Amino acid sequence: MVEFNLPANSRIKSNGKTWPKVGSGSNTKKFKIYRYDPDSGENPRVDTYEVDLDDCGPMILDALIRIKDEIDPTLTFRRSCREGICGSCAMNIDGTNTLACTKGIKEVSGDIKIYPLPHLEVIKDLVGDLTHFYAQYASIEPWMQTKTPAPPDRERLQDRDERVKIDGLYECILCACCATSCPSYWWNGDRYLGPAVLLQAYRWVIDSRDEATGDRLDNLEDPFKLYRCHTIMNCAKTCPKGLNPGRAIAELKKMMVERKL
Amino acid sequence: MQKSRLNTPLKNVRGLGSARGGTDHWWMQRVTAIALVPLVFAFVVLAVRLTTADYATASGVMGHPVVAGVLLLLIVAVFWHLKLGLQVVIEDYVHGHAPKLFLMFVNTFGCWIGALICALAVLKIAFGG
Repeated sequence: MVEFNLPANSRIKSNGKTWPKVGSGSNTKKFKIYRYDPDSGENPRVDTYEVDLDDCGPMILDALIRIKDEIDPTLTFRRSCREGICGSCAMNIDGTNTLACTKGIKEVSGDIKIYPLPHLEVIKDLVGDLTHFYAQYASIEPWMQTKTPAPPDRERLQDRDERVKIDGLYECILCACCATSCPSYWWNGDRYLGPAVLLQAYRWVIDSRDEATGDRLDNLEDPFKLYRCHTIMNCAKTCPKGLNPGRAIAELKKMMVERKL
Repeated sequence: MQKSRLNTPLKNVRGLGSARGGTDHWWMQRVTAIALVPLVFAFVVLAVRLTTADYATASGVMGHPVVAGVLLLLIVAVFWHLKLGLQVVIEDYVHGHAPKLFLMFVNTFGCWIGALICALAVLKIAFGG
């Protein structure tokens, strides 16, 4: 059966530490951050940090970096571009999966609760294991596939209308916010490809230059790979890039029917 | 398929490959859902009308070929839709191979038996039982 409870060694214990304040001002915000250290053998806990907002950048990631730099160097999280294009700092902030770098501190009222992306195995603190997610992405073969060689003297051509079809798809940064917000992916993520990977699959299916459309649909036509999507739409709600994986999946289902009728 | 610690992640993801199926299931769930809209409406109208009728009138109305036909269509659509829907629930939440297979059998047999009994009841009335 589906596991509705966390395993005993994953449950959060109430022995979280409260750390000294970052900065000296009085305009502060509290951050309650999930901590898990695999080497300690202890259960996860939630630590409390306090950051002076007058002495900190405006985004959640700015505060995390201040905390790591000045108070607690053991706090572990992924980050890179700090402008919403790399997808590294995806985490669960204030109950919603989003990017720490594009979520403003002032967007959250009260204490800011930060957890790793849900339903991933936690490697450390806010870092979840995305190995399976990336392997799923590799499985849809996300590159152009053609039998016809490219013209020797120029690119493969595509008209404006065809190009527009990949708008709303190519912008996906594979941050995994959507996949890890999807209950179907929680219960059946071992076989269900999830919203991000299906959106990427659709991006290649709909690309007018790709010649493997039928093979791609063949590989997706599966009760688990594709049809675990029950249009719950958490994916579209949580996507920090404002994309709609649910629509892409619906388009895939329509194409599956279209080639049968 | 059994996952192994030593398998590569891609091996685990590819598993036994695509089943090349699922579309008919998904499509028929939609088709039966659409069919059920007028059929359930007709059934509610019929049920409300017949609650005040006596036995002879009720069995007379239900035995009419058009009414009996609508009821048979309703029975097919309801149990088909039920079977497809319950199958999704089982696939979503039951992960052990043996319990999943068992529940799939229960679902399939249960829906067939239910549909058959209902259909026979309608036919019995229709043929003057």
